[in-house]
Amino acid sequence: MNEITGVKNKNQNAVPSQKARKTWAAVKQHKFLYLLAAPALIYFAVFKFGPMWGLLMAFKDYSPYKGIFGSPWIGVKLFQDLFKDPFFFYMLRNTVAIAMLKLFFYFPVPIFLAIMLNEVRHNAYRKLVQTVVYFPHFLSWVITASLTVFALSANMGFVNKILASMGKEQILFLVDPNYFWPIVLIQSIWKEAGWGTIIFMAALVSIDLQLYEAALIDGATRLQRIWHVTLPGLLPTIVVLLILRLGQIFDVGFEQILLMQNSLVRDVSEIFDTYSYSQGILQGQYSLGAAVGFFKSCIGLIFLTTSNYLVKKSGNEGIF
Amino acid sequence: MINKFSWGDAINYIILGIIGIICLVPIFYVFSVSFTDPSVFIPLEFKLIPEKFSLDSYFYIASTSSFKSALTNSVLVTIAGTIINIFVTFTGAYGLSKTSLPGGKVFLALITFTLVFSAGMVPNYILVKGMHLINTYWAIILPVMTNAWSFLVVRSFMVAIPNEIEEAAKIDGCNDISLFVRIIIPLSLPAVATFVLFFAVDHWNSFFNTMLYITNTKMWTLPLLIKSMIMDSGATSGSAAAGIASDQQNVPVETVKMAAIVLSMLPIVVLYPFLQKYFVKGVMIGAVKG
Repeated sequence: MNEITGVKNKNQNAVPSQKARKTWAAVKQHKFLYLLAAPALIYFAVFKFGPMWGLLMAFKDYSPYKGIFGSPWIGVKLFQDLFKDPFFFYMLRNTVAIAMLKLFFYFPVPIFLAIMLNEVRHNAYRKLVQTVVYFPHFLSWVITASLTVFALSANMGFVNKILASMGKEQILFLVDPNYFWPIVLIQSIWKEAGWGTIIFMAALVSIDLQLYEAALIDGATRLQRIWHVTLPGLLPTIVVLLILRLGQIFDVGFEQILLMQNSLVRDVSEIFDTYSYSQGILQGQYSLGAAVGFFKSCIGLIFLTTSNYLVKKSGNEGIF
Repeated sequence: MINKFSWGDAINYIILGIIGIICLVPIFYVFSVSFTDPSVFIPLEFKLIPEKFSLDSYFYIASTSSFKSALTNSVLVTIAGTIINIFVTFTGAYGLSKTSLPGGKVFLALITFTLVFSAGMVPNYILVKGMHLINTYWAIILPVMTNAWSFLVVRSFMVAIPNEIEEAAKIDGCNDISLFVRIIIPLSLPAVATFVLFFAVDHWNSFFNTMLYITNTKMWTLPLLIKSMIMDSGATSGSAAAGIASDQQNVPVETVKMAAIVLSMLPIVVLYPFLQKYFVKGVMIGAVKG
């Protein structure tokens, strides 16, 4: 009896150590793979997870001399201040407004464009148009903003030059708060709508040609074919991209807005990122900047995981 | 669908043509003004085609030291940054491509997490500052050594490489590193080409990190110079750009600004038509992932 229990005990002891030894053997066997992965793993650890300690700043009265750990705790005071700050309301409104404008007016453009390109019968013409409309995607926001200045500014803009030649008064597009949102929207469409067609073009290629032939035999006109065959074929892609877009609704284009921002349009252009930059870094209120960033990241996390969940639930592969 | 060219086709072709023209007009305008002879340039007059061509604005901008240094810096950062990007992304993606790797799943989950949550601008800034990287090019290269999206896309590409090839190589005495160098990289060359392009364009266009981390104007890259020449004009920028803008006896500021923009987008304008298909391929690889 004793002997048996002894054996049993021995076995129980042996199982975990054997498992550990096995893991260790696997680790040793893969040592070169760890070596290959090391630079990337170190990168993610240092530059992606490293700054997360810095988020403690949002709950502290950070001073560069005392460091993150030496600075005194102040709890959620910064968040309370933030929610009371009138600029918080502006930021929220501007973010939601710009996001909605882009959702309603920018999002459908690549879909229409892709359908139109799909209807082109001369391959050479389609390729030419594609080449041209993809191109602005590769220009930086600095170039795009500069082109906007050359189009719209009071003294250099060609729109104002044309207005002047017609004897009309100048329009101060770039410093008028009424024009800020439309300008940002048009910039986005100009720069990204063409490139955005790629994914829809790919979905169009996979539509079964027999469906078109059947529709043709049934006497469907071209518009009917687009409505009853092309659009349903695109629908799954549209739904997935729409949900993903909703997940990133708080990312309304930081570089773009930062470049187009000036003191005269601050009320309509301030978003969380620009506030984080101007207050947190330029003004040196690091804790406040970190708090704003943290708030935005949390909202973003909630939206993105929700949208990813919805995409997966709809039977598609999510982004993670 | 072999019926003849209809009215619908005509309208479609025309609208697409107009859309294409809208995409090109601002760029064409900048080209046109930059080639205008300074002697015939009238600031408040709109001309789509210059009356008299000249390269004076280009000669002028190319002779300024701030433009020359910004160009050199941009080229340097783009080349160095892209090499590091490719190295870190491809070695890392292969390293984590085997499901048998202990801890591999945890690493992947953590990397995916960085895709949805970031600490934000201020903590990043504090980190880079704490590492004493401000005003060094490491500050704009190291924080973007790779990125989660590219990493995961390249990894899914590596996973798709058939295991048999690797097993055969191992029997022939390859270890994981020689296998990576001799088999995996040659097999992934199309992906390498595509990502070289993506990373290089990102570095060439990169603006915010440079503005954040490089305060020494002598170290500025082209986007920063362009921004300060065009976006900050009027404001008192006692900087490199002021040096260009102030000397305007022979050459009008406007044509010079346009020439600077044209030069800074020239690599993209020239290379883009040849490389377009690689970019599109890259998007498709990414789309398969999600």
